[in-house]
Amino acid sequence: MEKTSGNTATRLFWSIVSFLRRCLFLVISIRPIPRHIAFIMDGNRRFAKKRKMMDGDGHRIGFLALMSMLKYCYELGVTYVTVYAFSIDNFKRNPEEVQSLMDLMQEKIEGLIKEESIVNRYGVRVHFIGNLKLLSEPVRSAAERAMAATANNSRGVLSICIAYTSTDEIVHAVQESCEEKLDEISAMNASGAGYGLIKLGGNEEDERVKIVKLTDIEKHMYMAVAPDPDVLIRTSGETRLSNFLLWQSAFCYLYSPSVLWPEIGFRHFVWAVLKFQSNYFYLERKRKQS
Amino acid sequence: MFLSLSSPIPIENALIPFKPRSSRSQTLRIRAHPLPSNPLSLPSSAAAAPAFKEETRQFAPGGDFPLDEESLPAGLRRDLMPRHVAVIMDGNVRWEKRRGLPAGSGHQAGVRSVRELIEMSSKWGIGVLTVFAFSYDNWNRSKMEVGFLMTLFEKMITAEIDNLARDGVRISIIGDSSKLPNSLQKVISDAEETTKDNSRLHLIVAVSYSGKYDVVQACKSICHKVKDGLVQVDDINESLVEQELETNCTEFPYPDLLIRTGGDIRVSNFLLWQLAYTELFFVSALWPDFGKAEFEEALTSFQRRQRRYGGR
Repeated sequence: MEKTSGNTATRLFWSIVSFLRRCLFLVISIRPIPRHIAFIMDGNRRFAKKRKMMDGDGHRIGFLALMSMLKYCYELGVTYVTVYAFSIDNFKRNPEEVQSLMDLMQEKIEGLIKEESIVNRYGVRVHFIGNLKLLSEPVRSAAERAMAATANNSRGVLSICIAYTSTDEIVHAVQESCEEKLDEISAMNASGAGYGLIKLGGNEEDERVKIVKLTDIEKHMYMAVAPDPDVLIRTSGETRLSNFLLWQSAFCYLYSPSVLWPEIGFRHFVWAVLKFQSNYFYLERKRKQS
Repeated sequence: MFLSLSSPIPIENALIPFKPRSSRSQTLRIRAHPLPSNPLSLPSSAAAAPAFKEETRQFAPGGDFPLDEESLPAGLRRDLMPRHVAVIMDGNVRWEKRRGLPAGSGHQAGVRSVRELIEMSSKWGIGVLTVFAFSYDNWNRSKMEVGFLMTLFEKMITAEIDNLARDGVRISIIGDSSKLPNSLQKVISDAEETTKDNSRLHLIVAVSYSGKYDVVQACKSICHKVKDGLVQVDDINESLVEQELETNCTEFPYPDLLIRTGGDIRVSNFLLWQLAYTELFFVSALWPDFGKAEFEEALTSFQRRQRRYGGR
């Protein structure tokens, strides 16, 4: 009897907390809110060291922090969220750490596929962004299954950057653009030959290649699934991009709070949104002054 | 939605004649993204310096000009100086409006800041200084303002070329020069030619530049090579893209530190690829107010940072 009433009291408490949070989000969203937030989840190992834990535990708690941030984002009405989960550069770390991260990621990706997972609760479609061929087969397979399982979700998008660097993404886009242009040239030559017309001359082929445009490259980016982020949040106080979304963050507001990723919470999220809003109005004023 | 960089500063020494691609025969070997090691590659004789203070002669990277031992501010370490500093010089127009000064005064004041920065960079052993003078996105500004700036650039380069040559500064211009007036292109070309053998400081001025445009032109270049059979699609890698970017005029195309003045916290389409591991430093002072104190603060912050490059 007491246990049941204790559970009821707890549920009631969290319901009230949730209600108050949604009220606060309603107030905040009177002003512009970001459509797309990107996170560099930095500080897991420093957190573990600070608390005298094993390295892997820092990442596990970091995962819980990520779940909270996603909940806040989708409750507020942010449509796109992108997170930097694992960089190609991170493969340079010691093999035990890399393996433990891969195991953790596989475990959590499998969790996303479940019915009651946060992505299904909020109707979020998941994309895994990066050079997935670099991942081991179990992780890649879990990622592909998660993408397939959430393909029909349409209220939000979660882009998880894994085995990703921006320079690798750009190289891939350049390769695809080149191949596309060359295919165009071949097709035009072939159809010309078919009609007895002359093959494209050297200059004409040059012209076709010259028309490689910005949009050609952009459409081949892994991140073409989302618009450019409005704010990029990097925790732990480091102010650098570390080869993340270099192309997409060309005009993005960069925010680098000193909190370590596993310690990030509701107040940091609210503060980040308020900073975004104040920056938005600062830019409006700057535009008028210039 | 977001405004790009505000008007550039007419830089006296900064603009180099843009060399057409075909005549740029000396493409230097491009370093991969720097590893966490000494950012300042001094000759080994200089590394032995501390034991022989009175005979110490520190040399700028690749140069024959001695660094001034006493000139480095207290608190800054020579071995932790960034090799390449990039600057987004934002705030000239707001500076002149806040003071109620006529149009153009902000840019004039900004020139003084640039001169000071060039001098400090030379003295303190920074090898490459890249400044964002005019963004490709700035062509959207009023014709009058753009025309004024182009004239100012031309006057400044012409006036300062001798000083530059004397001070051992080499100038390069990056960006889409095809939109610049012919007279400015000529002046830039001459200045680049005149200073090409200087080695104390390499000043790279980005005019009509955008990070995305840089990658697109690199892509076009690579596509040409693939079409001509010089390169296979599967051979396209990061190194090949690096070699085709406009920053291939220097051996150190990746800034260690980017400073942006004016309070705006974003990179505004400047050097996107090259900023992959750059430490970013944002300062609220407007560009004409940026001086020794602000530069020292940026360098101090840089020297405190832990650069891990994704590893350890």
